[in-house]
This record gives sequence, C-alpha cells and structure tokens, in this order.
Amino acid sequence: MMEYDPVFFSRTLTGLTLAFHILYATIGVGIPLMIAIAQWIGIKKNDEHYILLARRWTRGFVITVAVGVVTGTAIGLQLSLLWPNFMELAGHVISLPLFLETFAFFFEAIFLGIYLYTWDRFENQKKHMLLLIPVAIGASFSAFFITMVNAFMNTPQGFDLVNGALVNVDPIAAMFNPATPTKVAHVLTTAYMTSAFVLASIAAFHLFKGRDHIYHKKSLYLMMKVGLIFSIATVIVGDFSGKFLAEYQPEKLAAAEWHFETEEGAPLMMFGWLDENGEVQGAIKIPYALSILAHSDPFAEVKGLNEFPEDELPPLIVHYFFDLMVTIGMWLTFISAFYWLAVKRKWKVIKNKLFNFILVLSGPLAFIAIEMGWFYAEFGRQHGFSVGL
Amino acid sequence: MDLAIIGVSVLWLFLFGYIIIASIDFGAGFFSAYSEIANTKHVLHHIIQRYLSPVWEVTNVFLVFFFVGMVGFFPSAAFYYGTVLLVPVSISIVLLAIRGSYYAFQTYGAKDSKFYVLLYGVAGLLIPASLSIVLTISEGGFVEMVGENPVLLYKELFFSPLTWSIVILSVVSVLYISATFLTAYADVAEDFKAREILRKYSLAWSGPTILSAGLIIWQLRQHNELHFANIMDIWWVFALSGVFFAITVLFLWRRKYYSLAFWSLIIQFGLAFFGYGVSHYPYLLYPYLTIYDGFTNDAMAQALIIAFIAGFALLVPSILLLARLFLFNRTYVKGEEQRRY
Repeated sequence: MMEYDPVFFSRTLTGLTLAFHILYATIGVGIPLMIAIAQWIGIKKNDEHYILLARRWTRGFVITVAVGVVTGTAIGLQLSLLWPNFMELAGHVISLPLFLETFAFFFEAIFLGIYLYTWDRFENQKKHMLLLIPVAIGASFSAFFITMVNAFMNTPQGFDLVNGALVNVDPIAAMFNPATPTKVAHVLTTAYMTSAFVLASIAAFHLFKGRDHIYHKKSLYLMMKVGLIFSIATVIVGDFSGKFLAEYQPEKLAAAEWHFETEEGAPLMMFGWLDENGEVQGAIKIPYALSILAHSDPFAEVKGLNEFPEDELPPLIVHYFFDLMVTIGMWLTFISAFYWLAVKRKWKVIKNKLFNFILVLSGPLAFIAIEMGWFYAEFGRQHGFSVGL
Repeated sequence: MDLAIIGVSVLWLFLFGYIIIASIDFGAGFFSAYSEIANTKHVLHHIIQRYLSPVWEVTNVFLVFFFVGMVGFFPSAAFYYGTVLLVPVSISIVLLAIRGSYYAFQTYGAKDSKFYVLLYGVAGLLIPASLSIVLTISEGGFVEMVGENPVLLYKELFFSPLTWSIVILSVVSVLYISATFLTAYADVAEDFKAREILRKYSLAWSGPTILSAGLIIWQLRQHNELHFANIMDIWWVFALSGVFFAITVLFLWRRKYYSLAFWSLIIQFGLAFFGYGVSHYPYLLYPYLTIYDGFTNDAMAQALIIAFIAGFALLVPSILLLARLFLFNRTYVKGEEQRRY
C-alpha cells in the first residue's frame, strides 16, 4: 500500500494539469504568428491558398484556446488551493507578472473573438489582418510574463528574508531576475518552432495520405521554412541557457549531463546508463563539449555533482529528459534544413512516402521535446518550489 | 485614500463585471439547453448562439483576473481561502471544464449531442451555486482555526439556511440577468418571437430574485449581526436598488425600452453589490482577516495599481470595440450579413 502523502498527490495533480496545459499553451503562443504569416503571404502574393490556410488554422486554433483557457483557469485556482503557502509568498513578490499575464491574455481573447467573426466584414483583407497583431502580441506577452514567474522560481530575487518575513520587496527586480532572459527566449523560440512543426505535420499527413494538392505542399514548405528558422534560433538560445545554468544553477546542469566530478575540459555525455559502481556506460562522449557549452572555452572548469550536498541534488533521471529534448531539437533542425534543400534542388525524395511519414512525425516529436524540457525544468528543482527557499 | 481600499475596490469592480457577464453566459447556456426540451429551439437557438459565439472566451478571463488580483493585493487571503476552498472550488473547476469542452466541440462542428447540451446547461447553473459558497464563508462561522491553519466546517456550512439562500439567489439572478439581457438583444435584432419568450422568462425570474435577496438580508441578522447593522446603516443604497428593480420590471411589463430595462438592471445589481461590499468592510474573512492585515507590501501594491491603470487603458477601448462590433451593430445582431466558412 502506498502511504497517503498529500505533498506527493498535490505535486502529481499540479504536474499533470501543467503537463497538459503546457502543450496547449505552447501552440497557443505560436499559432497566431503562423496564421499572421500565412495571411500576410496570401495578401502579398494574392494567393487564395494561403488565405484559406489562415482560415482553417484559425478554426483549429480556437479549440486549443478553449481548452487552454479552461486548463489555465484550473491551474490558477489549483495553485491557490494546493499550495496556499507558496501563493502567499508569491503574492508578495511575484504577483506583478501574473497580473500582467492576465491582462495580456484578456487582450488576446478579445481580439481573437473579433478576428474570428469578422472574416467577411472588411473589404480590405489587410485591415482584417491588423486584428491579428494584438492576438499575436497578447499571446507572446502572456508567455513572456508567465515565464518570468517560472524564472523567478529558479533564481528568486527582489526581496530580503529577515526573521522569516519578507522585506524590501522590489517587484521589478523580481521580474527581471537572472533566469528571465534565457528562459523567456527559450520558451518563445520553442513555442514558435513547435507550432510550425505541428502545422507542418498536418500538411505532411495529408500528403502522406496521397492528397496531392498544391495547397498542402505550400503549407508544408512554408511551415518547414519557419520551423527551420526558429530551430536555429532555439539552438543559439540553448547555448546561452547552458551558460546561464553553469553560472546560477550548476547542480542542474551537472545533473542533466551526469557530470559527477568537477574537471577541466569536460566532455558531454549523451544517453548511456549507470552501472553498479555509478560509472556511466554506453554514452556517446563528445570531448570538451560541456566546457564549451558552459563557458565557451574547451578547457574551462565545469562544476560536478560532487560539489553539492547530496540532499540538494536533482534526480539523475533528468539526464534523459535533457538529452531527449536536445536530440529532438537537433533532429528537427536537421530534417527541416534537409527538406528545404531537397525542395530547392528538386530532389526526388520529397515525393517519397516514407520521407513524408518522417515529416509527419515532426509535430509529435516537438511536443515530446516540450514535455521533456518541462520535466527537466521541474524535476531539476524538485526539493522546493523555488531554489533555496 | 489608502492603497488597500483602492485595491479591494478594483477587485470588487472586476468581480461585478464577471458576475454580470458570466450570468448572461451561464443563463444563455441554460436557456439554450432548455429550449431543446421545451421545443422552442427553432426560436431561441439562433439568437443565443449569435450572442455567445464571439464573447464567451472573455468571460473566464474576468474570473482569472479577480483571483490573480486577489493573490497580488491580498496574499494572506490567498492562503486562507486557498486552504479552505479546496473542495468547493475544485467542483467549480470540473464544471468549468465541462462547459469549456462543450464550446470546443461546438466550434469544431462535431455533431450536436442532446445529452451534452443538457450537461452544459446544467453546469452553467451549478457553477454560480458552487462559487457563491465563497461569499457564504466570508460571513464567518464556517471556518475554525486549528493551530495555524483554517479548517472549513462542512457540516455547519451544509445545514446553514444562509448557505442555501445565497445559492438560490445566485441561481435565480443568473436566470434573471440573462433573460433580461437576451430580451433586449432580441429586441435589437427585431426577433420578436424570441423576445416574447425571453420576456416571459425574465418576468418569471424577477420575483424570486428580489425575494431571495431579501431573505439573505433577513438571515444575516441572525448570522452576522455586525454585517447586518452595517447594512442597515446604508439602507438607502439597497432601497435605491429596489427602485431600479421596479423600473426594470415595469419596462418589461409594458413592453417598452428593453435596452433601458437592462441598464437599469445593471444599476440595480451594481448598487446592491457595492452596498454589500461596503457593509462587509473591513473584513475579507470574518472575523480572522481584514483587508489591512492581508494587504501586500507597498512596493507591490503601487506596481500593481500602475500596471492596472496601464492595462485598463488598453482593455477598455478593446472591449468597447468588441461591443460595437457585436452588441450594438444592428446588421450583425440581425444576422443579415453573409458568413461563409
């Protein structure tokens, strides 16, 4: 029998809801931009296909927003219900971005409603497209603000703790904590990237089923291109994130890389497993790569897990989450670049059924990467809601 | 004026906005479901859908706004209420999820399932009922401190007549607000068949609304004397609210000025709601928590108020735009323009 442990159950419940919500939130942030791109190209090229694409995506998008609103409301309430103590602290220090997030979402919801029901009210398509700008801005800003809250949980600042009481609260400093820039950039680029690949998957699926219409080809090509751009952006941001972790949360980076001993010129371990002596077996070893990731210097010293007290270490399973996330990211960058080249050079492979099937997988893979990244971020600081609190 | 009062007024204003908008939404959903049984679907369905489609997303945000603001301005309230409300609000979450998924499916164009429509309609009445428990609890007497932690006394809560009168008020006023709004909406749309049915609903629910409101005041006298005395100090606010109630009913009865009837209803509820809020002052949770011991630090309060003003400056024009396009636009409301998907 499992012992009843409210902390465990609360964690599981919140975790489950969030794991579900994050998928909807991710495409909720990215898709408005994709709709805007499609409509813009449609107007510029005077091509009905792109306009139709924008319309269909909007229809689908509304459903995800509906689900996102409900899960989002549930999470907000759940946090207060299950973690009242944390919310009290959060209320004192970090409620400003939460408050702003609601505003941003409000803004998005209003204009989405207007956009959705005014397709035929404007003579000029461009005016209708203008309505999408507040939607996209609202969506991106709500991600921006909510990520700030998560960043704060990783590197809390903007207050002093004196005898258990919070003093000298500075809401702005709490918002712009050290984790904010890399976290926000990572969340935004991956949201755009994931949305592009999800939409590309849908188009690839139609082609895979043999619906050989030019409409699907245009959609696939456009989204693969957008996906490629944002994957490259994600790689660059990922590099910054590595350096951030090395400086502020070295134990998280070390756990992700199974980097046990502090050393100079540290190699990067991919996958593998631990044998009974705690040695890493069967991993792909890339010499010096970890030092480069952490400090842009192949011979730099990277702190290992041995430097931290045992009870503060993140669970070692995060290594797999991290590696899976990075591998999928790399794969998506590669496959979209390959597809782009193949189309440019008119290689026959793009007509191949198997290749189309591989493209269909990009969307689900991107989702898995998002979940892995989320698990990594959350398991990585499981011992407390906020680091060091 | 101090920051705590500004904060609580802002939140109260948003809660009022939520109550009106959500009532229209919940009630419309219920009438829409009811029309399936009462065989009036062909008359009511069109007008209700036309209103609901573009605005339903906005409704939930008001609620989120209220509790995010609550956590921001009054972190201690988040602690007290968060601990106590685990069960009632979890029920509300499930109900909100049912309604949300209905919207998702409906937009997707999946086949209409009668059962699902009914579920959606009933959920719309149960949500206000379950959320109204919060107001009951705030009156005191249902929470006990065990050590540092507040604990909800379920038995007392369940068997208290006050609980049930507040539940009844929340349900009947949802139906009343919604029916009155939709009557005015149908009138603008010149859909006279729908208007006649909705006007009947509106008149039918007006009596129960005012009766249950009176019942609550009477019960507060036994339950929370201080609050009752405060209400009596500003009795004229409630009397004025009653006058506006009479105006609404009169207009509806004589089939005149339907839009004005709805505005008068807003004033009626506004007066009663703010009268209730003022007489509740200074307690957030009687007798444990006032707005002053629960208030956040000054730096955060100022930041929140600045953010609020900036945000409001963006929101008001956008809400007006939404209203202009879908509520006060005769061609849209009548459904004359072409729509293709």
